[in-house]
Amino acid sequence: MSAPRTPESLGLSRADLPNSYIGRSVPRPTARKLVEGRATYTDDVSLPRMLHAVFVRSPHAHARIASIDVARAAAAPGVVRVFTGADLAKVCDPWVATLAHLKGMKSAPQYALPLERATWQGEAVVAIVADTVAHGEDAAALVEIDWAPLPALADIETALSPETPVLHAELGDNLVFTRTADTGGVDEAFANAAHVVEATFVSGRHTGVTLEPRSILADFNRAEGMLTVWHSTQAPHMMQGVFAKQLRLPESDVRVITRDVGGSFGVKVHVYPDEMAVAAMARVLGRPVKFVADRFESFVSDIHARDHRIKGRIAVDADGRILGFDIDDLTGIGPYSVYPRTSAIEGNQVVNLCGGPYDFKHYRCTTTVVLQNKTPTCQYRAVGHPIATAVTEGLVDLAAERLGLDPIELRRRNLIRDDAYPFTSPPGMRFEGLSHHAALDKLVAMVEPEKLRAEQAALRARGVYRGLGFASFIELTNPSPFMYGIGGARISAQDGCTVRMDPDGSVVAMSGVTEQGQGTEAILAQIVAHGVGVPVERVKIVTGDTRVTPYGGGTWACRGAGIGGEAALQSAVALREQLISVAAAILQAAPETLDVAMGEIVDRASGSSRMPLAELGRLVYFRGDTLPKDAPREFVQTRHFITKDYPFAFTNGVQASWLEVDVETGLVRLLKHWVVEDCGRIVNPKLVDEQVRGGVVQGIGGALYEQCVYDAEGQLRTTTMADYLVPLAADMPDIAVGHVETPTRESLLGAKGAGEAGTAGAPAAVMNAINDALRPFGAKLFAQPFTPERILTALGRVAPR
Amino acid sequence: MKTRLDVTLTVNGERVTRSIEPRLHLIDFLRLELGLTGAHAGCEHGVCGACTVRVNGEIVRGCLTLAASLEGARVETIEGLSDSGEIRALQDAFVAHNACQCGFCTPGMLTTAADYLAQGGAADRAAIREHISGNYCRCTGYQAIVDAIEDAARRRAGGAA
Ligand code: FES
Ligand code: FES
Repeated sequence: MSAPRTPESLGLSRADLPNSYIGRSVPRPTARKLVEGRATYTDDVSLPRMLHAVFVRSPHAHARIASIDVARAAAAPGVVRVFTGADLAKVCDPWVATLAHLKGMKSAPQYALPLERATWQGEAVVAIVADTVAHGEDAAALVEIDWAPLPALADIETALSPETPVLHAELGDNLVFTRTADTGGVDEAFANAAHVVEATFVSGRHTGVTLEPRSILADFNRAEGMLTVWHSTQAPHMMQGVFAKQLRLPESDVRVITRDVGGSFGVKVHVYPDEMAVAAMARVLGRPVKFVADRFESFVSDIHARDHRIKGRIAVDADGRILGFDIDDLTGIGPYSVYPRTSAIEGNQVVNLCGGPYDFKHYRCTTTVVLQNKTPTCQYRAVGHPIATAVTEGLVDLAAERLGLDPIELRRRNLIRDDAYPFTSPPGMRFEGLSHHAALDKLVAMVEPEKLRAEQAALRARGVYRGLGFASFIELTNPSPFMYGIGGARISAQDGCTVRMDPDGSVVAMSGVTEQGQGTEAILAQIVAHGVGVPVERVKIVTGDTRVTPYGGGTWACRGAGIGGEAALQSAVALREQLISVAAAILQAAPETLDVAMGEIVDRASGSSRMPLAELGRLVYFRGDTLPKDAPREFVQTRHFITKDYPFAFTNGVQASWLEVDVETGLVRLLKHWVVEDCGRIVNPKLVDEQVRGGVVQGIGGALYEQCVYDAEGQLRTTTMADYLVPLAADMPDIAVGHVETPTRESLLGAKGAGEAGTAGAPAAVMNAINDALRPFGAKLFAQPFTPERILTALGRVAPR
Repeated sequence: MKTRLDVTLTVNGERVTRSIEPRLHLIDFLRLELGLTGAHAGCEHGVCGACTVRVNGEIVRGCLTLAASLEGARVETIEGLSDSGEIRALQDAFVAHNACQCGFCTPGMLTTAADYLAQGGAADRAAIREHISGNYCRCTGYQAIVDAIEDAARRRAGGAA
């Protein structure tokens, strides 16, 4: 038992052991309930005396609330109570979303419902609590608000000019945060470079569109003084802390329960004022209050993201060596930074990640984060990565064109060598081990570019325009406290798992990470089955209950497998050792001669069974009298895990897109998409592939369709699913996925994250493919989404608007 | 608004009678009146398909159908389709291919997929993609769903041959 544990000693790389589940595509144990419609999403939970919250939302992007008259609404059928901002401020404290390590960052206090002003169209202003949603909606129409409209801050380019009104007077200006990374020497490098190319990129403001809307059910038991919240969230423990702090309760008097979650993608890891209002109203009323956003509310109040304008330049020498990047990023985040992660992280990530796959010297990148009267933005799947990748890869392709080099060749000359690690990038990101060249080689073998190039040339002659685009990328996963903790946010970077064996030899594992459809529970079951030595069917996973599971950060930034999985593995292995030590005492055998396999204590050398775990359970739990007096009785172990050596575990990959542009209509038809990614040790290949595919399609959505369209007055025009377009089955290509495995050495498991890689790289690959298709016309597009209108404009077939 | 209507219909083979508001949609009738939470409301304006259920053998959007209009109708939901075993092969294929991630779209998607197969739909990926394009899935990127339906169609064709 004393030999050091290594991945090899745990059989992590062996598929020959009967319970070697790591690396196998085991079907998800929770899938059956999903296909039978027997899952329990938050809206499926109903409690006795439950009430429903309905919100009156601001029709203005910016307006002073002159007066509110709720008398008629309060008297309407079924209405129990009507709350204004002033009512809720008595029980719910405001919050300010800044992080200390983002130097100079500022934001204004945000209340559950605003006190004096609405600052975006769709901001909840008044809450009705009624016996049914229908009654609440009827009453909402009776609330009379006297609005005094104010000028709306809609254009990020003018947000900082002196003539523009300051959104929150106490802040002094509309600047939330700015940061520059500068290696020095950029101007000289660009002045002396053989070639400099540049472009201005636009990333469209888009939103997550989880199919299950944000949902919450809060109940306050006055006798127990206990707030229980059923919440569709990624981070139950974080929310427990937030509810406690803002509602002035001890954390121990708040319990957050997260059952099934219908998609999150980062949307459900933030503090939403309307959800805080629901918890506060339950606290006041001492009754359960439920709120499920309708789709209009989702579009105006779920976080938006990626509203950036980026000017970029790249300098290369005559041999196609990248000398430097010079980038200026501007982003608008709405009227408040979103609590507690803040809305400055996305811009900060752009600064951290541009140029990420490449070995070059000179780097300068500034992000400027400004206020707007639009829906607040915050972290959405692959935070900042799709932007940084589009800028980097767009510039790399421009450089290749200028040099007359094949884009693959230019990448080969500049990607960080696979044997160069550890490596620190110009903006200071530390890479433990990446595999850009291996990934690119594998991708090229899958894509067979020569064939496609031949096809492209033949078709061009017939007036059919196809394009092939590539995008290398890095992705930040397994974050340490360097992401949020050092900035003062109570967002945990560690996670825990408790594994126990019950009398019949079955195993229960309770984990702080959560499931939103990625398959987190499936991989935890595999890891625990592997680690303890039982059939995977004998493992039950419990997540999403702050009363029960060890404290942890939950699921975000691709940490489920890397952090939660490692905690599960360590606790499972510890339980196995415990089982062996008790069995050894009973069997009078030396512990090192025993092992656990497929639910049996076995002889390590021969593999023959010595005792089923059910028998061990029976003896310890029911016939403790027969055990040696000093034999231990615990069949439960808890381990927590946090990364310590690197602030983040970076992954890498490369994508390719093959598509056709109809130059008459401007429509893009996606023909095929390829991804090779390296997420370290793969626990379940099928689940990883499906994470990648789903991520790619979300990335394609941003590249081609998705956009929150605002008019000049700050009114959102895309508030139905018919206006805000998301990818449909008929429009999506098949996506081939390949892997390189470079396990992180920070953990036994060696897993890094896999959920965001697809989204990080897809828009850049699609952009480069479109520009490749349009090369004969000299037309180029850098503003996402690449709509037919924009494509036709670039082709000069319609006049620019 | 005050008027309530009595409606009697068959849901998953069970006769139910309720007195309801005329404005109540089928999806809310199923979820709130009957506690059948398998079908979901994703948009409530007829676009996403999460609310897809079967009425008199045809698939409909539960968020666009008024419950009061269903006097005498035969309604089947994912719960009923599961209990009867009618879509078992399709469900198995969804599990095998990991064609559901969060599962929120899944009951509607399966109901639409069952409709494709019932219409004699072939193991043709483009045709499958077309048929399910009224059902949004935000998680999977669709490929696994197409794989699963294709697989089920192929098996059914094989079984019939
Ligand atoms: S809820 Fe009916 S189509 Fe979306
Ligand atoms: S599985 Fe989540 S929406 Fe389809």
